[in-house]
Amino acid sequence: MSMNKRSKRKLLVVMVLLGMALASVLALTAFEENLLYFYSPTMVKNGEAPSERKFRVGGLVVAGSVERATDSLLVKFDITDNAESMSVEYRGILPDLFREGQGIVAMGAFNGQNIFVADEVLAKHDENYMPPEVADALKAAEQQ
Amino acid sequence: MIPELGLFALIIAFSISLVLSAVPLIGAARNDATLMAMARPAAWAQLAFVSLSYAALTYAFVVHDFSVLYVSQHSNLVQPLMYRISGVWGSHEGSMLLWTLILALWTAAVALFSRGLPEVLLARVLSVMGMISAGFFAFLLWTSNPFERIFPVPADGNALNPLLQDPGLAIHPPMLYMGYVGFSVAFAFAVAALLGGKLDATWARWSRPWTTVAWSFLTFGIALGSWWAYNELGWGGWWFWDPVENASFMPWLVGTALIHSLASTEKRGVFKSWTVLLAILAFSMSLLGAFIVRSGVLVSVHAFATDPARGVFILIFLCVAVGGSLALYAWRSGTVTSTGRFSWLSRETALLLNNVILLTAAAAVFVGTMYPLLVDALGIGKISVGRPYFDTMFTLVAIPLILMMGIGPVMRWKKDNAQRLKKELSLIFAISLSVGIILPFVIDGVLNIPAGLGLAGALWIAISTLQILYKRLKSGARLPLSFTGMIMAHLGMAMFVAGVTMVMTYSEEKDVRLEYGSTYELSGYDFKLIGVNKMVGPNYTGDEGHLEVYDGDNKIADLRPQKRLYTTGSSPMPMTESSVDTRLSRDLYVAMGEPVGEDAWSLRLYYKSMIAWSWMGCLFMTFGGLLAVSDRRYRQKRLPGSETA
Repeated sequence: MSMNKRSKRKLLVVMVLLGMALASVLALTAFEENLLYFYSPTMVKNGEAPSERKFRVGGLVVAGSVERATDSLLVKFDITDNAESMSVEYRGILPDLFREGQGIVAMGAFNGQNIFVADEVLAKHDENYMPPEVADALKAAEQQ
Repeated sequence: MIPELGLFALIIAFSISLVLSAVPLIGAARNDATLMAMARPAAWAQLAFVSLSYAALTYAFVVHDFSVLYVSQHSNLVQPLMYRISGVWGSHEGSMLLWTLILALWTAAVALFSRGLPEVLLARVLSVMGMISAGFFAFLLWTSNPFERIFPVPADGNALNPLLQDPGLAIHPPMLYMGYVGFSVAFAFAVAALLGGKLDATWARWSRPWTTVAWSFLTFGIALGSWWAYNELGWGGWWFWDPVENASFMPWLVGTALIHSLASTEKRGVFKSWTVLLAILAFSMSLLGAFIVRSGVLVSVHAFATDPARGVFILIFLCVAVGGSLALYAWRSGTVTSTGRFSWLSRETALLLNNVILLTAAAAVFVGTMYPLLVDALGIGKISVGRPYFDTMFTLVAIPLILMMGIGPVMRWKKDNAQRLKKELSLIFAISLSVGIILPFVIDGVLNIPAGLGLAGALWIAISTLQILYKRLKSGARLPLSFTGMIMAHLGMAMFVAGVTMVMTYSEEKDVRLEYGSTYELSGYDFKLIGVNKMVGPNYTGDEGHLEVYDGDNKIADLRPQKRLYTTGSSPMPMTESSVDTRLSRDLYVAMGEPVGEDAWSLRLYYKSMIAWSWMGCLFMTFGGLLAVSDRRYRQKRLPGSETA
């Protein structure tokens, strides 16, 4: 027994504090890294969206723009805020309520060829429901 | 006529709740027994009138009374009876009516089961619950009247969101509300105790069973919702860190902390004011949950109601309830002194640590859920917090939580001995760590450290818990139900940890395009698409796929996922019905996408390792809670003053 009770307890307190500090640092990093910003097609056109980082875009699916491959699950479509539009590529199964004219939100990033590749597409489970961001983006585009 | 009666009954219930919030409280202040005696009959009358109102709405659904706007929006002539009854709570107005019904039920239950309670305390508790009821009645009557009529009366109604036409969902909201609203009892006890200025261990004894029952319902409700999302939504996930899910998870975390803190306060008289604060916090989280779900402020897959007036109402109610109770706490808690003394190495410390960990988790969820809302409100931008943040945070929190779950229950109250603990636990620690790490290697031939550590954690909790049980049995001591319940709930947690670990480390998922007759191999299983046939249901049409799953040459399952198109609404609604083959060791899961070219469909295939364990774990926790409440000591009548705190 080299340490007496008191210094043992001090050591414990220091270790707990260090642990908490480490946890806070990890938490803040995780938080910062996983913040996803939302951009409208207009903002994307204006070059406001990040080129390296993941972000979210939203708008209405442009009528007649949905192209599906017949031999794979690749889907291409355009979304618009009624001012600007942009193309989105997605590989996989789209949500039930994805259809032309529907407000959707896509999460993804630009690839090397400057194409927005989504790894998640969200369409809300209510036919009348418009994602709030999309509603705001439409409003903003209208006012310009 | 019947809908008007329903509305009238609701207005009467509101008036009764106003009487209940004021009269017994005044009686308690003046020590007037007559006024205090009003509390019980008022609680019963309130329940009677809400039930009438609720029955009236259900009746309107059953007989297709489309002159009621709410019914016409959420039901139609071909909707099956079961979904007409559950349709009552399928959307905003009705679900808030259900909320008030459950609140009235809890209030009446307190009136019924608290015979041993001093009259003054009971009067205060019921009054506080009356105030909460009054707030929600006002909310219904002013912003969300479910009995509103429309003219002209439509010949047929719209439809219940097809998503909600599932047996799992039919009971998910009532269970969840039982939990949410149940925390109002602990809240009311805490506020009543603060009002009376008498915060001794007795109030903890009285609050404990109520809190545990509410917690059990909440656990079950959350698990059910998660199971339903997994089976119904076709997304294959069981938890999405969606704001609405988080809204139910925050009260669960705080409620779990409260259960443990109440144990310390009741048994040892420690953490008294902390426990009161937790009781206030747990119900505040329930109200916050209601705000998140019902105001539509947050981007969410659920986002039901989007009416700003409703959001503002709940926000004001939240501020009054939380602000008022916290102010009361600040004013009164100074007089509280904890009586129990304990050494830093004791079960008290372990339970305190449990609280710190659980609240850290709740804070992490809170930040991730509310920060985007704040940023949006300030007009800085629109953001959301991605899944990995929550996953990272929970992995961080899980480590100390799991460690403590193995140690805490073994520790003695007041003061324990480090040598004794070491002797008791080091072998268990060594066994669970080594077996956990080796298990993936034995099963799979490959070492998988994350999976191994998770399994080690589950084993650590399980073995340590079973050892306590074994010792208790060997010593020949009686097994009180509260103890058995704790054991069961902790074993449930071990199962949950094992299930989550395996699902997170061994699952495979793939979106594929399959032609008729062709096969795709996933995790060693061959999924063969036989074909897709047309089908017709009562209020939908659809396609049903047929897949055979082979393990080598043996056919082990026929899966029949469906893609339905509900045709009764204003516009057709597509719905995915996944098909799952469940074993203890794994789930095989298929959901339909859409036709891709000739005789081919896109399909979502999943292999989920041991996911059933996480649901079973939740069931164990639920029953553990219910067992604990059945303990005899909570049923003993206690006369005022007979308690030695």
